Amino acid sequence: MRNIFNYVDRPSPIHRLTGATKLVCLLLWSFAAMSTYDTRLLVFLTLLSLVLFALSRIRFSDVSFLVSFMAAFMVLNNVLIFVFSPQHGVTLYGSSHPLLSLGGQYVITREQLFYHLNLVLKYFATIPIVLLFVCTTNPSEFAASLNRIGIKYTVAYSVALALRYIPDIQKNYHEISQAQQARGIEMSRKQNLVKRLKSAAAILIPLILSSMDRIEVVSNAMELRGFGKGKKRTWYMGRPFRPADILAMVFCALLLAAAIALNVLNGGRFWNPFR
Amino acid sequence: MKDTTEREPIIEFRDFGFQYNAQAEPTLKGIDLQIRKGEKVLIAGPSGCGKSTLAHCINGLIPFAYRGTITGSVTVRGRETQDLSIFALSRTVGTVLQDSDGQFIGLTVAEDIAFALENDCVQEPELHDRVLRAAGAVGIDSHLLNAPDQLSGGQKQRVAMAGVMVDDVEVFLFDEPLANLDPATGKSAMELIDEIHDRTGAAVIIIEHRLEDVLHRSMDRIVLMNEGRIIADTDPDTLLSGELLRSHGIREPLYVTALKYAGVRVTPELKPSSIRSLRLGPEEKQKVLDWYRRTPPSPAPPPRPVLLKAEDVTFSYDGRRETLSHISLEIFRGESLAIVGTNGAGKSTFSKVVCGFEKPQSGTLCFTGLDWPSLSLKERADHVGYVMQNPNQMISKPMIFDEVAMGLRNRNVPEEEIRPRVEQALKTCGLWPFRNWPVSALSFGQKKRVTIASILVLEPEIIILDEPTAGQDYRHYTEIMEFLRELNARGVTVVMITHDMHLMLEYADRSVVFSQGRVIADDSSAAILTDPDLVRRASLKETSLYGLALLCGIDEPKEFVRRFIDFEREAYRS
Repeated sequence: MRNIFNYVDRPSPIHRLTGATKLVCLLLWSFAAMSTYDTRLLVFLTLLSLVLFALSRIRFSDVSFLVSFMAAFMVLNNVLIFVFSPQHGVTLYGSSHPLLSLGGQYVITREQLFYHLNLVLKYFATIPIVLLFVCTTNPSEFAASLNRIGIKYTVAYSVALALRYIPDIQKNYHEISQAQQARGIEMSRKQNLVKRLKSAAAILIPLILSSMDRIEVVSNAMELRGFGKGKKRTWYMGRPFRPADILAMVFCALLLAAAIALNVLNGGRFWNPFR
Repeated sequence: MKDTTEREPIIEFRDFGFQYNAQAEPTLKGIDLQIRKGEKVLIAGPSGCGKSTLAHCINGLIPFAYRGTITGSVTVRGRETQDLSIFALSRTVGTVLQDSDGQFIGLTVAEDIAFALENDCVQEPELHDRVLRAAGAVGIDSHLLNAPDQLSGGQKQRVAMAGVMVDDVEVFLFDEPLANLDPATGKSAMELIDEIHDRTGAAVIIIEHRLEDVLHRSMDRIVLMNEGRIIADTDPDTLLSGELLRSHGIREPLYVTALKYAGVRVTPELKPSSIRSLRLGPEEKQKVLDWYRRTPPSPAPPPRPVLLKAEDVTFSYDGRRETLSHISLEIFRGESLAIVGTNGAGKSTFSKVVCGFEKPQSGTLCFTGLDWPSLSLKERADHVGYVMQNPNQMISKPMIFDEVAMGLRNRNVPEEEIRPRVEQALKTCGLWPFRNWPVSALSFGQKKRVTIASILVLEPEIIILDEPTAGQDYRHYTEIMEFLRELNARGVTVVMITHDMHLMLEYADRSVVFSQGRVIADDSSAAILTDPDLVRRASLKETSLYGLALLCGIDEPKEFVRRFIDFEREAYRS
């Protein structure tokens, strides 16, 4: 992977929103999805996120790697919860409707299944939105977005710099590791820990030393072109907000408000259909 | 040439000195120098002469980024630089650094060009306008959305130039602009610098030690530096007519050396600053012709057995574009071979395939006497050693001895056998006096030797060096190359990946030219560099000796070049 962004350049209404809008919406949306276990809202968010995903013209093949990674994580999360607290749903919802006994405390209850359903819905409500952000935000716009939501531009720019130099460092790492393997460094997992640490040092030390040279060049180049001169700077890739941006942010703020309101109405984060 | 002596000075050094805080001695001493508006000045000198420090004093890195003690005065537009700031100075002096990749800050071309404007809070639509104009001025406007890894070295340099042009600076400062470029790109870089100079009327200061390549376009003055002082400050024709360059470790243009060998008295009247301006009378031409006739022809190289053979090798990183396409090539035992070509022509990839770092999709590699394809990366390294361009990319031990011993220790060679082998390698590489030193105390050239020693200790039959002399001045270049020649004389087969034409001409028996993943020529270096068509396709540059041979009516330029190289080698030895 070239960097954390997996930008897919295929114009869509989602692409047209500014990076800052998408970042704000992502944050509001995830807070909304995270704060509540209200199934009705989670179903709504899930359906809406799928619609948005379709609207963005991102294909499943563009994101299959990320999706399978997250799906595996989701399964693991659910399995572990069941293994460590199979009666969590019963505690939460205050009733027990057993369906099947697996022996000992491992009794499958409707409450537990309902809790897992909510958990899965949370994943489904957020993952498409995260993918949307990752695939429709031009990495060049990202630093400008961070700056716009109030993060200092020197800090925001360091993110852009990381995006710029990570591929270079990966390439450098690859080259160094090849040359060191030729000198007999073993990279296989068969080695014991001490040997593996030694091998890692044989690659990391040259990597760090050659990166240090690089840092000096970069910081000189930046200073020579006025970086850090003023309190503010403009962004070539920054775009002004348009009505659609405002609309999107207001809508996501309403979602968060709805989540909070439901939590108040439900008297907690859980909506209980068993009562 | 325009007369610039009347114009007002824009940069002025008066009895200036500078000493870095970490150094015991001042790096610059008693500098008196004026740069006037619109002038083109070359600052030349061997490594460590202080020319980069002088550049830092002009653009404000000194005293604002590198601390030290200043004596005397340096003013930019009449104001002491110490009283300004690095930002204020950057409005007047635009600096293009040597490392065109490292100084590429933006994620794309447009963002990188816009960088200075962004920091200046320039608003839309002016921001886009000015970026587009600067990009157009250097001819990079069709690549605005490209990322740095999609650009060649020459294109990255253009981006760097555009990045300082957006600010309408009055001085362009180029720090070794030719260091990372192939000969043809270097030539067009000099043409572009000249064009920018004509268009903007800004002063141009170039720091370089490759005199002949800079003088592809005329310069008003050359300032020669050595040991922190200015040795000469005069026009190119006068400087090339004297002996100052040679005695201060700067290589004079090859045609000037050839004229001197032939007994021609080089004077400013001959206009020796470029092969195109050179004016030779019949008497001088005759002298060159006579020299050519009385210099014995060079002997044919001895026949050698094949050591490694590549047949129809094809390789691709992404499965689509072939980085190597049907390469067939032989490497002979005991030869010294140069692999040349532009960046991305496939020369480094080829050596990686030979070493087993990458696996070819098709084709075969045979190493005489070995079952090459079945060998692991580590086993191949016992026969073919690979030395990377930057020694910092290889060195991982603090002590020289341990660094050189690493390959043997990893191969579980008994310690009592390691000691004599490491000591031998250190002696061969001239590192014996430093055997107990930490690596960090060594110079760049010495570190390079450490990396060569750490490969030699494995006693490979072939040693492949990626750009062995990159970033080295003439003295260090000669040191490294003479050392490689000695190794070669001991029977080690030396393969050099390079785009240095002097190197291929003087130190390679044979050159193989790569272009777009194919081998387009395989011949003696003299033959390749005197073939205009090949030179163009390989992004090389004709050697100026070829121009001199034509000027003097020598009908066999290739032989003239060969004889010159042999003659010079003898002259160097004695």
